[in-house]
Amino acid sequence: MIRLSGISRTYQVGDELVHALADVTEEIDAGEHLAIMGPSGSGKSTLLHILGCLDRPDAGTYELLGREVGKLDETELSLVRRHTIGFVFQFFHLVPRLTALENVELPMVFAGLERSERHERAMGRLQAVGLELRADHRPDQLSGGERQRVALARATVLEPKLLLADEPTGNLDAASGRQVLALLRELNATGLTLVVVTHDPAVARRARRVLVLRDGLVFQRVDGAHVHEAVEALSRDENGP
Amino acid sequence: MRATDVFGFASRALRGHRVRTGMSLLGVSIGVAAVIALTALGEGARLYVVGQFASIGTNLLIVLPGKTETTGGMPGFGGVPNDLTLADAEAVVQAIPEIEKGSPIAVGTETVAHGERRRQVAIIGTTHEMLELRHLSLAQGRFLPPLEWDRGSPVAVIGTTLSSELFPGESPLGRIVRIGEWRMRVVGVLAPRGEQLGVDMDDVAIVPVATAMKMLNRRSLFRVLLQVRGHAELDLARDKVTRLLSERHGEEDITCIAQDAVLTALDSILGALTMALGGIAAISLAVAGVGIMNVMLVSVSERTREVGLLKALGAGRGQILALFLTEAVLISSAGGLLGLAFGWGAVAALVAMFPALPATPPTWAVGAALALSVAVGAGFGVLPARRATRLDPVAALAGR
Ligand SMILES: Nc1ncnc2c1ncn2[C@@H]1O[C@H](COP(=O)(O)OP(=O)(O)O)[C@@H](O)[C@H]1O
Ligand SMILES: [Mg+2]
Repeated sequence: MIRLSGISRTYQVGDELVHALADVTEEIDAGEHLAIMGPSGSGKSTLLHILGCLDRPDAGTYELLGREVGKLDETELSLVRRHTIGFVFQFFHLVPRLTALENVELPMVFAGLERSERHERAMGRLQAVGLELRADHRPDQLSGGERQRVALARATVLEPKLLLADEPTGNLDAASGRQVLALLRELNATGLTLVVVTHDPAVARRARRVLVLRDGLVFQRVDGAHVHEAVEALSRDENGP
Repeated sequence: MRATDVFGFASRALRGHRVRTGMSLLGVSIGVAAVIALTALGEGARLYVVGQFASIGTNLLIVLPGKTETTGGMPGFGGVPNDLTLADAEAVVQAIPEIEKGSPIAVGTETVAHGERRRQVAIIGTTHEMLELRHLSLAQGRFLPPLEWDRGSPVAVIGTTLSSELFPGESPLGRIVRIGEWRMRVVGVLAPRGEQLGVDMDDVAIVPVATAMKMLNRRSLFRVLLQVRGHAELDLARDKVTRLLSERHGEEDITCIAQDAVLTALDSILGALTMALGGIAAISLAVAGVGIMNVMLVSVSERTREVGLLKALGAGRGQILALFLTEAVLISSAGGLLGLAFGWGAVAALVAMFPALPATPPTWAVGAALALSVAVGAGFGVLPARRATRLDPVAALAGR
């Protein structure tokens, strides 16, 4: 489904070049559940943004569902983001003046769907995340976990093929985090390809495959079950011999 | 994306910042109100002046001997025209129903004397109707009596200057003056008037036209003044006069002009003044536009994360442009409507204070002010909206 080859992304900070990603080559199959781990600043978010077509690599090619993303223009990219990709962020990013229901409706508004259809589908998604009774609440009337579930409903309302989550539990208490993770796994079980960035081994453990990044490079690829060993290896390496 | 959704999203965003939105809206409404009030003032002044002007001799035609190609030039050059006679003038007044009344005029200069005092002045030969046609008024006595036009009479009406020169400190009424060889009785003195028709009306002697033509040895009239029944019939009447006199003379050798031309010139000058006032007021609309731009720039930078989110959710550049542009246009057009109300209020207050002033905003000004207010929002909203569309989604989501 996804083929990355030789992806690199460089930032110029003052006189220095920061290699947020340096030569990443990776394939992700349809229906996979992939976790991306690594220390802070290792390039996890940068990789996720490139996967989500929010950012373009400086070098390398990205193929999504057989199409080379680098060759798409701005309009085509927005259509890909709208229909193929769903995004969940650490800070929820709900529009504060809109109700939960209206937030979930947003992608369908851009798609030009009719009001009644939007309403029906958004309610359906809110029901799926257990928030149908909170439909008329504004974000400031919801708890963190509820906000993230609204965001999850919004990300999936146009039935994307790929769901990208950047530290989705990073701002949540343990119970709410577990709830969100359960929903993500549920979605993955229905065939949705899931890529989760996390620094929490407990989250990564549930993924089938874990990609460990370090300094913009893939440091290790491990099974979800062996994530603890990978974390140990990483910290050993960090502290040096 | 549907238009109603764009509208709904934009108005929800505006309602989130009532004070800020209200302020920039107020700016536009002051601009629109200024355009409406000032153009109403200008239009009121125009109607007032034109009305005043029209009351001193409206719907007048002036017939001159001699043919000119364009009105306004000096007639009579090149070719000897037939005389414009008293009979011509009478025929015009009698035969053309659109002509209400007329007054022939003969002019010349002659010495007017009383005893040892003498003075060279303009002599105007005319008829009783002149009083009304030219809105003359008298300081003392009466005007020329109504007579058959071709009958002379030894009476004269004199201007105030002439009166005080010939009769210092005494009333000239009933006294005899010599005009050339003629002895005439003074029956009236004109009220001070100043210059009119190129003649100092304070230094004239007015005598019956038939007498004047003999006195001055004239065979042709200088002018015939004609009053037309209604403004709408002015052109028709002019054509009829020209046709009738051409028939009588066997050729077109007279010129007939409407005093209306002067009124038209005045009208257009004051119309231009109104436009200028509107233009000046429109500058305040541009200032209001800068205010909208400022508010929208603040709004875009405050909502950077939101713009990033909208892009991540799949909003296209055109959609984001439309959302922010709609906000700007909503502010400006709501301001325009409010300004319309303010403007009407101001005009109503003005009319209440000066009832003589027929102040109403001209339709074009109302339309232009509203159109301009919408255009101001669209025009000054472009820069902030484009800034939003150009935001990099990753940086925007991070709030950078
Ligand atoms: N806009 C940017 N400008 C400069 N440097 C950046 C920018 N975005 C990210 N970086 C740098 O790129 C590296 C990777 O960042 P990121 O992908 O956010 O890391 P992670 O999500 O793994 O913590 C970091 O060193 C970060 O400082
Ligand atoms: Mg990150």
